[in-house]
Amino acid sequence: MSPAMKRYNRRVLWLSLLYAACLLAAIFGFKHKLFGGLIAYIAAILPALPIIGIFGAMGRYLFEEQDEYVRMLTVRQSLWASGFALSVATIWGFLESFDLVEHVDSYSVAIIWFMGLGVGSVMNKLTLGAPVKC
Amino acid sequence: MENRLRVLRAERSWSQQDLAERLEVSRQSVNAIETGKYDPSLPLAFRIAELFELPIEEIFVSPARHSSKAI
Repeated sequence: MSPAMKRYNRRVLWLSLLYAACLLAAIFGFKHKLFGGLIAYIAAILPALPIIGIFGAMGRYLFEEQDEYVRMLTVRQSLWASGFALSVATIWGFLESFDLVEHVDSYSVAIIWFMGLGVGSVMNKLTLGAPVKC
Repeated sequence: MENRLRVLRAERSWSQQDLAERLEVSRQSVNAIETGKYDPSLPLAFRIAELFELPIEEIFVSPARHSSKAI
């Protein structure tokens, strides 16, 4: 594992812990009606920030990775993830417009994007024989 | 892109890992270049050429030249 990948994993671990803490705090606060006005908006946005941080960590990893082949694999993986997430979101949006499926919160796109990284990894394996990684 | 990397490496009795360490890339990268699944950037191609003390065209086969031979 490259030093850049180790730093990426460490950043994602800390951001994931921060996400869990922010989400629990927001759920607790809204459940007990502790927030109002502008504070409520800030508290609602707070769990989103570590997720955005993970996207940033991915970008930073691509910038820091010195191995050009591994970097290319990660770029391909991210493109597959983006295509997968946008396609699922588009299909779901139309299904929802015609009242064929339930409403899904838009932050689900981020979760689908992370799932898409798995799709990208499998595609790298199938097309280039690269080891599967998520 | 076809290349002679595997042959040159074998002549020196280097493993893929040995070559990867000398080039400061992953073994995975060396394998992808050797098998023609990945074409290295110009800076990496120069590093490879300098390591083997050979001109780039003696390591990598020009795709244009390769296809004209095929015709």
